[in-house]
Amino acid sequence: MSSAADKSKNYLNHEKGLWSWLTTLDHKRIGIMYMITVMLFFLIGGIFALLIRFELFSTGGQIVDADGYNRMMTFHGAIMVFMVIIPGIPAFLGNFFLPLHLGAKDVAFPKVNLMSWYCLIIGAAISFFSLFAEKVATGWTFYTPYSISETSNGAILLVLGAFVMGFSSILTGLNFVATTHRLRAPGMGFFQMPLFVWGLYSTAILQIIATPVLAITLLLLAAEKTMGIGFFDPKLGGDPVLFQHFFWFYSHPAVYIMILPAMGIISELITAFSRKVIFGYKAIAFSSVGIAAVSFFVWGHHMFVSGQSQVAGVIFSFLTMLVGVPTAIKTFNWVATMYKGSIQFQSPMLYAMGFLFLFTIGGVTGVMLAVMAVDVHFHDTYFVVAHFHYVMVGGTLMAIMGGIYYWFPKMFGKMYNEFMAQLSFLFIFVGFNVTFFPQFILGAQGMPRRYFDYLPAFEPLNRVSTVGSWLIAIGFLIGLYVIINGLLKGKKAPDNPWGAKTLEWQTSSPPPHTNFHEQPVVTGGPYEFR
Amino acid sequence: MFWVNKAHAGNTFMPPQASNFAESVDTLYGFLYYSSLISCILVIGGLVYFAFKYKRKTASDKTAYIPHNALLEFLWSFIPFVIFLVVFAWGWKIFYDMRSAPKDALEIHVVGQKWNWDFVYKSGRKTSSEFTIPINTPIKLIMGSRDVLHSFFVPSFRVKQDVIPGRYTSLWFTATKEGNFNVFCTEYCGTGHSTMLAKVKVVSKAAYESWLENNPYKGLTLSEVGQKVYAGRCIACHNVTNVKKIGPGFAGLWGSERKLTDGSTVVADEAYIRESILNPNAKKSVGYEEAVMTSFQGQVSEEELTGVIEYLKTLK
Repeated sequence: MSSAADKSKNYLNHEKGLWSWLTTLDHKRIGIMYMITVMLFFLIGGIFALLIRFELFSTGGQIVDADGYNRMMTFHGAIMVFMVIIPGIPAFLGNFFLPLHLGAKDVAFPKVNLMSWYCLIIGAAISFFSLFAEKVATGWTFYTPYSISETSNGAILLVLGAFVMGFSSILTGLNFVATTHRLRAPGMGFFQMPLFVWGLYSTAILQIIATPVLAITLLLLAAEKTMGIGFFDPKLGGDPVLFQHFFWFYSHPAVYIMILPAMGIISELITAFSRKVIFGYKAIAFSSVGIAAVSFFVWGHHMFVSGQSQVAGVIFSFLTMLVGVPTAIKTFNWVATMYKGSIQFQSPMLYAMGFLFLFTIGGVTGVMLAVMAVDVHFHDTYFVVAHFHYVMVGGTLMAIMGGIYYWFPKMFGKMYNEFMAQLSFLFIFVGFNVTFFPQFILGAQGMPRRYFDYLPAFEPLNRVSTVGSWLIAIGFLIGLYVIINGLLKGKKAPDNPWGAKTLEWQTSSPPPHTNFHEQPVVTGGPYEFR
Repeated sequence: MFWVNKAHAGNTFMPPQASNFAESVDTLYGFLYYSSLISCILVIGGLVYFAFKYKRKTASDKTAYIPHNALLEFLWSFIPFVIFLVVFAWGWKIFYDMRSAPKDALEIHVVGQKWNWDFVYKSGRKTSSEFTIPINTPIKLIMGSRDVLHSFFVPSFRVKQDVIPGRYTSLWFTATKEGNFNVFCTEYCGTGHSTMLAKVKVVSKAAYESWLENNPYKGLTLSEVGQKVYAGRCIACHNVTNVKKIGPGFAGLWGSERKLTDGSTVVADEAYIRESILNPNAKKSVGYEEAVMTSFQGQVSEEELTGVIEYLKTLK
C-alpha cells in the first residue's frame, strides 16, 4: 500500500511547465494532450454540423450558397472522421489506459508515442490549411474524377494531411501491439486482459495493415495530378471506380478502427456498473479479432451501384453479413451481463446503455444496407447518413463520453458533478434521436445526401432534424461544463470510486509517474466480481 | 402498415410504387423492417428490463457468477446467421432481376453532365431534364457521363445506378403507373448537385406513340422554343431574373456590356450568346472566372439556339 507521501506525487505534478508537456514521454500525459486536441477538433467539426443543419432548416439558401454548403459538408466529414473519431478512443483513452490495464509502466515505445501525437498535429495543420485556404469541396471521400478535375491542389493536400495523420494512427497501432505482447504484468495471459485491451489490440492490427493503403492511393493521386499519369481520370485512360476500391479498402476497416475500441469501453462499463463478471469473455474477445479480420473484405458494399460487377457485389454482400454475426454476439453478451447484476445508474452506465440502444438501431439498419436490392434504393440517401451517424455517434461518441466520465476520477483525481453529467446525457441522447431518426424516413422517401437544397416535401422532417441538433449542442455544452467544473472544483476522488476490478483502479488517483507504486501481480480474470 | 404500400396514401416511409421492382423490394424491406423491430425490442427491451429489475439495492449486493452458457451463445450466433443468409439470398435474387434486362427492352440513352440529364431516343429525338416513356414496357437506360460521376436515381422505381465518364452503365425497369416521377442525382458532383433533377413522365402506349411523332416545337414562336429549352437545360444554373444563380441571371443580359477577365468588354449580342452556349470558356466574364459551364456543342439544334437568343431578348 502506498503511503501519503507517495500519493502527493502524481503524473500531473511530476514535472511542471508547458515544455514538460510538449516533450513528455509519459503515456498518460500524451493521452491528455490527445484529449485536448481531439476535443478542440470535435468543437470545430461540431460547429460545422450545426451550420449544416441550420442551412437545411428550410428549402433554398439560408446562410451560404451551394459551394459554401459543399465546403461545410467536406469540413465536417473530414474533421470528424480523420481528426476526431479515428484518434478519439485509441490515441486518447487507449494511450492513457492500455499500460494501466496491463500493469505496465508505459507503452513499449514512449518516444514513438510522442511522435505519433506530433504526426496528428502536423497532419491536422495540413488538412486545415487545405480546407480553409484551398477551399476543398470534394466531400471527405475525394471521389475521382471530381477531386482531380474540378478543384485546385486542395484535394491532394487534404489527402496528404490524412496521410500524415495516418502515420500517427500506424505508430499508435505498432506501439499498442508491442505493448500488449511484451509488457503484461506477471500472471496476465491473453485471457486475463481486460476486453478494452482486446478492442485496442484488434484496432491496432487494422491501423497497421489498412492505413498504408491510403498512402499508396495518395501517391497515385499525386502522380496523376502532377505528371498526368492516368490512374483514375478517364480522360487519361484511367478508371474512376478504381479509386473507390482503394479508398474503401482503407476507409472501411477505418470504420472498425472507430468502433472496436468503443466496444471495448462498453465491456468495461457494463461489468463495472453491473458489478458482475462479463458474459462470454472469450466470445467478445474473439469477435473483436473476427470483426477486424473480416472487415478487410467487405469494402465493396459501399459500391453496389458503382458499376462493379454483380459477382463482386454478391461476394461483398455475403461477407458483410458475416461481420453482422460477431457484432450481434457482442450486443447479446452485454445485455446478458446485466442479467442478475447489481446495476448502478451512474452517467458512464447511462452512456453504455445509450450505446446499446443506438448501436442496435445502427446495426439493424446496417444489415438492411447490406442487402443488395434494398441498398439500391437506400444508397447515397439520408438513410445511409442516419445509419452511419447511429453507429459512429451513437456508438463511438457515446463510448468516448462514457469512458471520459468513467475514468475522469482516475485521470484527474477528482469527481465530476453527477447530476449535470446525467442532464448532459439526457440532452445528447434525446437530441441525437430527434436529429437522426427522421433522416431514416427522409432517406426511405428518397432524399439524396450531400444536397444543399431539397424538394419542399422533405422540409418538415428536416426541420425536426435541425431542432434535434440544437438539443445535442446543449448537451455537449453541459458536458464541457461538467468536465471543466470537475477539473476546477471537483471533490477528491478515491482510488476506486466504482468498485471496479481492473488494474488501473489499484493504483492511486491520479496515478504516479510510473503508474503503480509496486508491480501488480495478476492472479485471476479482469472481472472477478464474487 | 406503412410498408405495405399498396395505396400510396400520404404518410408512407417509401415513395409510391411505380415499377415492376417496387413491390418486391418493399416486401423484402418490410421483412427486414419487422425483423429489425423485433430484434430491437428484444435487445433494448431486455436492456431496460434488466436495468430496472436488477437495480442496485445495497452497496454490497452479491451478483450471480455466470461466465458463459454454450447453448445460449450458440443460439444467438446461429439464429442471426440464418436470418442474415436468408435476406442475403433474397436481396441477391431481386438484384439479379434488376441486372437482367429483357432483350426486347426499349433502349434510351442517358447522358449526365454538370448539372442536367439529357435523353436520346433511337429516333434521334432529344430531350433534357425530362423524358417520356410508355407504361408496362421494359425500358433499358444506357448511361454515360460527360464529366464526373453522377448517379441516376428514381425513388418510385427503386432503381439507382452510378453514371461514369469513360464507360457505359445501364439499368432497366418497367413502369407500372402513369404520372410524373422524380429523378435525382445521388453521386456528389459539385455546385449544382442538388439541382440536378429530372422528371420521368410515364404515359399510355398510345400517348407515347403520338408524343414520339410530334415535334415538340410545332406551332411555337422562336422565343417560346427558347423558353422550353431554358426550362429544360439552363434553369439549373441561370435565373430569369437578374439574380446570379451559378451563372449570371438572364434578365437585362441582352445588349448589356460584359466585362471580361482580360480587361476588355463585349456587348451581349447574338454572336456572343451563341459563343457562350457553344464555347462557354472562350470569353470569361468578371465574376465568373471559374468557368464551370460545359459546352453545349452538338447538343442543341440551330432552332433551339436561335430560340434561346430570341427568348433572352424578351427578358428585360
